[in-house]
Amino acid sequence: MTHATTTDIQDDRPRIAPEPAKGGLSSRTLPRWSPIGFAVVAIALGVGISLAAGWHSRIQWGLISALLFLAVSYVVTTVVENQRQAKDRLATSIVWVCFLIAVVPLASLLWTTIVRGSERLDGYFLTHSMAGVLGPEHSGGVYHALIGTLEQVGIATVIAAPLGLLTAVYLVEYGKGSLAKAVTFFVDVMTGIPSIVAGLFILSIMLMAGIEPSGLMGALALTILMLPVVVRSTEEMLKLVPNELREASLALGIPKWRTILKVVLPTAIGGITTGVMLAIARIAGETAPIMLLVFGSQLINSNPFEGAQSSLPFYIYEQYKVGEVASYDRAWAAALVLIAFVMILNLVARGIARWKAPKTGR
Amino acid sequence: MAKRIDIGGLNAYYGSHKAIEDISMTVEPRSVTAFIGPSGCGKSTFLRTLNRMHEVTPGGRVEGKVLLDDEDLYGPGVDPVTVRRTVGMVFQRPNPFPTMSIFDNVAAGLRLNGSYRKNELSDIVEKSLKGANLWNEVKDRLNKPGSGLSGGQQQRLCIARAIAVEPDVLLMDEPCSALDPISTLAIEDLIGELKERFTIVIVTHNMQQAARVSDRTAFFNLSAVGKPGRLIEIDDTERIFSNPSVQATEDYISGRFG
Repeated sequence: MTHATTTDIQDDRPRIAPEPAKGGLSSRTLPRWSPIGFAVVAIALGVGISLAAGWHSRIQWGLISALLFLAVSYVVTTVVENQRQAKDRLATSIVWVCFLIAVVPLASLLWTTIVRGSERLDGYFLTHSMAGVLGPEHSGGVYHALIGTLEQVGIATVIAAPLGLLTAVYLVEYGKGSLAKAVTFFVDVMTGIPSIVAGLFILSIMLMAGIEPSGLMGALALTILMLPVVVRSTEEMLKLVPNELREASLALGIPKWRTILKVVLPTAIGGITTGVMLAIARIAGETAPIMLLVFGSQLINSNPFEGAQSSLPFYIYEQYKVGEVASYDRAWAAALVLIAFVMILNLVARGIARWKAPKTGR
Repeated sequence: MAKRIDIGGLNAYYGSHKAIEDISMTVEPRSVTAFIGPSGCGKSTFLRTLNRMHEVTPGGRVEGKVLLDDEDLYGPGVDPVTVRRTVGMVFQRPNPFPTMSIFDNVAAGLRLNGSYRKNELSDIVEKSLKGANLWNEVKDRLNKPGSGLSGGQQQRLCIARAIAVEPDVLLMDEPCSALDPISTLAIEDLIGELKERFTIVIVTHNMQQAARVSDRTAFFNLSAVGKPGRLIEIDDTERIFSNPSVQATEDYISGRFG
């Protein structure tokens, strides 16, 4: 034992020759920064080739650089390290390139919206309607559309969230047999309903019953779109609650309904909230049912039960259709408001999820 | 108030699969009865029939009689919820409620049953935690989450939660199989104390544990995989481990099979 230790210490002395022995466990490795190096070389090469060939498309430049990056990292790693490391690096690089390709449009979209939207976005824009404003005029605002969106989405949420939650509780905790299967099937079908079809469905009811367009009608169509999303996400969250917790509660002599209310739902509440928020974000951007059922308006109408209203996505469409510089600016600013609305909802959802998540602290 | 359990001709099914067949035995009050036997022989299923938890599993159903001081648990008009308040259960893996503090975990049974007076609650929680030998370790952090405790502490928390509702019988399904020897010892000592007040039934894979903690031992076996499990014999623990009357019991205990 003692002898072996001394040998180890002797072996640990810094070696002069960096070339490791054949059959040893270590081998030549590239430095940690090599991927960045490859990227720099690939981009330089890509830009050089593109300039030399006289191509103008930046997308072309980027794609050539990406392909060169893959090739360079594979070849260099094969030469310096070995085939297996090269394959590993190739796979890693492909993942990174795909990630960048996916992120670039998203970042570009956000950037364009923020740059173009912030030109018109101010307190005046948020607190004024389009009443009496002509297309080319540099005034007017989004207040009436914001009110409309908040009210329609709010009503839809008040209807769809409890309904969806209860449906999911039924499916996970009680449902068995053909009724549960049928409910699951129809929820799946509802997920695929195009928003315009939901709008037409409500419109047909309105025509039969002689109801005038109003925010409520739009909210009902949004409810149809929101319901399956809430059911699905809540269902998944409830399935994640360990069965042991239900059994522990039942074994204490706690009735099933209280078990669900006091043990199952609190455990899953973070995920359920996130699901509801995502569903809200999805319906906040719907345009088609609003066009059919809420009709659009330039005036402030804070009563969702009577008269035409507007909404943010509809406002964007409307302003873009006017085709003037001022209305384009208004459309972009409204788009920024809509994105900010969805973003804030997501942040709130994450906050609630973190706050309500089962605690693990000691 | 410990109660006696008489089981007669009990069959339990999962859907069409018969898991245990024709079990009859008596569990004495204020004693520890251990169930031993190879995996899959229906010990846990049988245990779960004693507080009607078996029927919580989809497709689970039971035939036969389970008399708790002459009252049939499966009689018409018997509410499983009431049965479970009388017959408590501790599970194999510690399962404290993750959203609740240590205090709330122990108080959960009373609170969610709605059967308590507010000023009594903290007394009951303290008594239960003391009864589970956990009070000294957690008295300074009763409002911290129960999931922050160690595995052995969590299991004792679950025992405290189970005894807080003052059941007559306490069922334990391999309560120590996920715990280290020291926590196991703590729980075994606790079982010794609890049998003064409760009727205890414990399923265990650890034969030394059965020999240490139990007064009577029941040996279960199944004739082949897929066949229902049966009770081979039940006797005083000393006799089972020294001079069992059935050859299969001796083979199992001495490690010749299973």
